[in-house]
Amino acid sequence: MSETKNPAPPTNPETEMFWKAASEGRFILRKCTACGKPHWYPRAICPFCFSDKTEWQDASGRGTIYSYSVTRRAAEPYVIAYVTLEEGPTMMTNIVDCDSKKLAIGQKVRLVFKPAAAGPPLPYFRPA
Amino acid sequence: MTRKASAYIAGAFEHPTRKAPDKSVAQLHAEVAIGALEDAGLTKHDVDGYFCAGDAPGTGPLSMVDYMNLRLRHVDSTNIGGSSYLLHVAHAAEAIAAGKCDVALITLAGRPRSQGAERGIAPRRDNPVQPDFEWEHAFGLTTLNTYGMCAMRHMYEFGTTSEQLAWIKVAASHHAQHNPNAMLRNVVTVEDVINSPMVADPLHRLDSCVVSDGGGALIVVKPEIARSLKRPLIKIIGTGEAVRGQLGGAVDITTSAAVWSGATAFAEAGVTAADIKYASIYDSFTITVLMQIEDLGFCEKGRGGEFVSGGNLIAGVGRLPFNTDGGGLCNNHPANRGGMTKAIEAVRQLRGEAHPAVQVKNCALALANGIGGQLGTRHGSATLILERE
Repeated sequence: MSETKNPAPPTNPETEMFWKAASEGRFILRKCTACGKPHWYPRAICPFCFSDKTEWQDASGRGTIYSYSVTRRAAEPYVIAYVTLEEGPTMMTNIVDCDSKKLAIGQKVRLVFKPAAAGPPLPYFRPA
Repeated sequence: MTRKASAYIAGAFEHPTRKAPDKSVAQLHAEVAIGALEDAGLTKHDVDGYFCAGDAPGTGPLSMVDYMNLRLRHVDSTNIGGSSYLLHVAHAAEAIAAGKCDVALITLAGRPRSQGAERGIAPRRDNPVQPDFEWEHAFGLTTLNTYGMCAMRHMYEFGTTSEQLAWIKVAASHHAQHNPNAMLRNVVTVEDVINSPMVADPLHRLDSCVVSDGGGALIVVKPEIARSLKRPLIKIIGTGEAVRGQLGGAVDITTSAAVWSGATAFAEAGVTAADIKYASIYDSFTITVLMQIEDLGFCEKGRGGEFVSGGNLIAGVGRLPFNTDGGGLCNNHPANRGGMTKAIEAVRQLRGEAHPAVQVKNCALALANGIGGQLGTRHGSATLILERE
């Protein structure tokens, strides 16, 4: 199955670096330097300790499927999923370039940027 | 039992319509307000507090207060999706205890069926400025597929099966057959559910609630007023509210905010899940019910599948009669928000006014729980524990 082919979301000052990096093919995460924890989705303020000492870091793009669902009532069925990143946080995405019947929770997946209908590319995952 | 309570539910009304192409949303709000006031034996002029949520047209309570031309001392439009109205009962009781109002009116109404707003399958039209929008919307998040992910993970962690989930729908259909207003009155089997089309794996069409027009209203009053009325005394003895989301990325979608709101409500009421004779459990999908039953402590976490199997939720058959009106799965899900009808059926049961075929004998203690928003992303939970005096 393939991606949803939606436009990329409107960006804002807090997160525009993520989309700039995505345009360059880099996947970055927001991490707190006060408590040391990365989080998702990216925020200026750490959701664990409320510190404003957060910064971007390069991420591996490796993860495992936490959960997924094949959305069948759509023009073209697609797989929505949560993927747990190697760095810890779990993020929402689509699983692409896959046979949906062969997916499983716990399966290893790898990030792939694909063009959106408009705007910067979106972070999807495919079987590793 | 004589527990002290600051407020009572004196009026409850469910609009009989399930399709209202010839009415406005504001009109439906006013019609249910009239119905609940008549049920209580009160009038419009007695109302001094008003509560509504995101289904009320206009900014918070402003337009509906103006439409109904109410003169109030207290308003509250806290919006936690479909569970808002159970939270409003709690907030009304708090406002009454604080002397801010004496007679609180809570309304819900909507017409998604007439408007063709099948929100379950359409990408959600959330506000692009809300901070999570940017990280979810583009991936085709819908109500259906986020609950699908909850069910998929629950099956993975606890071995829950589609057959077990189907029992929840089967129980609701057994109740709905006795409700002349219910949208789906045919009794279904486990096979019917698992053979219905898959809509968002592992959820089937019959794992999902109906889309209906309609509404409902409640009247919450101070004790002195409740005792002056001719209705059974239904007191609010425990309430809880909680919001739960993605936890900064430590996502856990097999536990709901009911684990928090329920604990608060039970502690306040001084009762346990084992004491509850009837439960209204929000049933947007079968998995929603299963997770709340676990999180409210009716069974151990992960054992919900076993608990609901074999008719354990069917009135007169099982340990925990639930949603004896047929619930959102079969009866009614007005405005895509099921919290109001959960409170209403709990009141019917406590008054002894449920359909005789599903009335729980000596029903003195009931629970109503609602989930609003989406279990798989962020949601509110509101728990009410009600007692007949």
